[in-house]
Amino acid sequence: MTYQGWALIALFVGLLLALAKPMGLWLFALYEGRRTPLHRILGPVENGFYRLAGIDPSTEQGWRRYALHLILFNLALLLFTYAVLRLQDVLPLNPRGLAALGPDGAMNTAISFTSNTNWQWYSGEVALSNLSQMLGLAIHNFLSAATGIAVAFALFRGFARREAATVGNVWADITRITLYLLLPIAFVYAVYLIASGVPQTLAASVDAVTLEGAKQTIALGPVASQEAIKMLGTNGGGFFNANSAHPFENPGALTNLVQMLSIFAIGVGLTWTFGKAVGNTRQSWAILAAMLVLFVAGVSITYWQEAAGNPILHGLGISGGNMEGKEVRFGIAASALFAVVTTAASCGAVNAMHDSFTPLGGLIPLFNMQLGEVVVGGVGAGIYGFLLFALLAVFVAGLMVGRTPEYVGKKIEAREVKLAVLAIAVLPLAILGLTALSAVNTAGLAGPLNKGPHGFSEILYAFTSAAGNNGSAFAGLTAGTPWYNALLGIAMWLGRFFVIVPVLAIAGSLAAKKYTPATAGSFPTTGALWIGLLVGIILIVGGLTFLPSLVLGPVADHVAMLRGDLF
Amino acid sequence: MLSDLRTALRPALALTLLFALLLGILYPLGLTGIGQALFPRQANGSLIERDGQVVGSTLIGQRFVSPRYFHGRPSAAGSGYDALASSGSNLGPTSKALVERIKADVSGSGVPADLVTTSGSGLDPHISPAAARFQIVRIAEARGLATAEMEALVAAHTEAPLAGIIGEPRVNVLALNLALDQASSQP
Repeated sequence: MTYQGWALIALFVGLLLALAKPMGLWLFALYEGRRTPLHRILGPVENGFYRLAGIDPSTEQGWRRYALHLILFNLALLLFTYAVLRLQDVLPLNPRGLAALGPDGAMNTAISFTSNTNWQWYSGEVALSNLSQMLGLAIHNFLSAATGIAVAFALFRGFARREAATVGNVWADITRITLYLLLPIAFVYAVYLIASGVPQTLAASVDAVTLEGAKQTIALGPVASQEAIKMLGTNGGGFFNANSAHPFENPGALTNLVQMLSIFAIGVGLTWTFGKAVGNTRQSWAILAAMLVLFVAGVSITYWQEAAGNPILHGLGISGGNMEGKEVRFGIAASALFAVVTTAASCGAVNAMHDSFTPLGGLIPLFNMQLGEVVVGGVGAGIYGFLLFALLAVFVAGLMVGRTPEYVGKKIEAREVKLAVLAIAVLPLAILGLTALSAVNTAGLAGPLNKGPHGFSEILYAFTSAAGNNGSAFAGLTAGTPWYNALLGIAMWLGRFFVIVPVLAIAGSLAAKKYTPATAGSFPTTGALWIGLLVGIILIVGGLTFLPSLVLGPVADHVAMLRGDLF
Repeated sequence: MLSDLRTALRPALALTLLFALLLGILYPLGLTGIGQALFPRQANGSLIERDGQVVGSTLIGQRFVSPRYFHGRPSAAGSGYDALASSGSNLGPTSKALVERIKADVSGSGVPADLVTTSGSGLDPHISPAAARFQIVRIAEARGLATAEMEALVAAHTEAPLAGIIGEPRVNVLALNLALDQASSQP
């Protein structure tokens, strides 16, 4: 570990905190449906969309209708992408004449991008045409992000409204978030990326003759337009197989810093927006503090382990940290930081290969996802996931002092707690259930590249990533098989919509409640005690469930590494 | 419930198509236009030409095996630096295959770690300054150049971290080798 490495981490946290309020203010304007300066340019587009789609943005929906319409829209998008991928061979912008994707692969990818997971069983430059990347995939990078933020908005309204029957208009929420937040930022961001060296062309490749006279065909494409929204929307699906480790996706150390910040930008903003919506931004800073405790702890462990390196390789006379799977321009600190950021959020972009991390260095990304990606988290999904834990924390605090728990002016009763537990229980069920199934099945065991405990980690990581809608991988796993395409598809769908529906149900139930002002007997939800309780609940409820699986995978791998055992 | 679905059908289908047009077609094509107009070099892959021939991209590593050139890192992209098949090795820390690969690559002691490990992309254009200096003696012998001259060349091509903390010290292998060819061709 170096002083420079820690300085980079400190710089990152500082920039992150500086982003929270400006981004939060912008999001708050969209949450309220206020006019923004961008309405002058994009207002006609918004109104045109409403007219053509027959939408009345002023008619609000109750939670059931909000959920139903949201799911229907997502299904339409899913089928659209399925069609684009299945018809890739006959659609235009396919200069290399790539074949269409098979049914299981196309369905897996359609679910993957619809659910904001962006798990990729294929390698982008080999399998997908430029049209599939742009029309089939990048559109989800916007709309799955907008879907997540819309659900967060609905939940915020549940907390903020009093005796209300509705939680917003899902069509208006998604349209406004896309037009006034995601599209303009992604546009400017993409121009910056092009200037920094990220290609943006319709050509699929270019041929070079190397200095030694060999032919090198270099894959190109409309990379920057996809890269920008891939990070901003915490999608994470790379244009190329190597994702943000590829120099064309992430050419330098500065683009790398910007990419890490853009993963968290909307997430920290939403945390601030929540406090603003419920009339007390001190609630936001308490939530952010709890998130940062978990984040800094995670970064420290991963950085420490990666910098310490692999003792087996030290025995061969190679000194220093673990550089297998890492790029020289990023080095160890920026690779460790990126890995923790991308898994704390539900992004899943990678700038180094997590599969080649040291066992404990790779345990943290895995654990981050198992906690539900609530440390800042994915756009929308992070804050609504975190608020589920906040509900559990006030419930536990209420049990301890023997009063009906309250949170930001709403009584938390049996219905909300049941729904929160239902949403939280989806993750362990999908992850542990499907991992176990794959670990005792020939089709499942055919997947891992590495042998021994690390092979088990590859399977566990895949289902954790899918159910958590992350999309990063221990990429040694051969996942493009019918077994994994089907099971991981199921995990991604469960992890997305079986959480969204209970969250919206909580939103509806809270919106209908009266405002309960805080009294001297209320548990304060802003101080250090509350932050400690939150961290404790997240670690115990979110984390403890997975401890046995972590012992079988990364911990066993770590012991083997210390003993010098090879597999 | 059923009437609800029917009322939602038109917005769902219409918005899918409208957003597909806006986000899937207009957005990337607009950016392609801007990129090609304002930053044509970067937008087309930061290519390097020598005597009218494209010899590679400044961002994409290429394979060097001749003793006369600086070598990049081992690569897991295809059969090595295949820029149509970016990939890491994905070998874990307790992998027998990893240890055997590194054993075969290590010659002598004090080998810099980046010189025997594969990168995340398999296309890493850089090596560490230490990895460049490690190769100086071999190249100086193969080319009949003075080691002091080579030291200066490596130093001139070493990029420092931005503001001292963003990024790592690094050397672009292709740029260094182009400079090396130029130095050798001068009388």
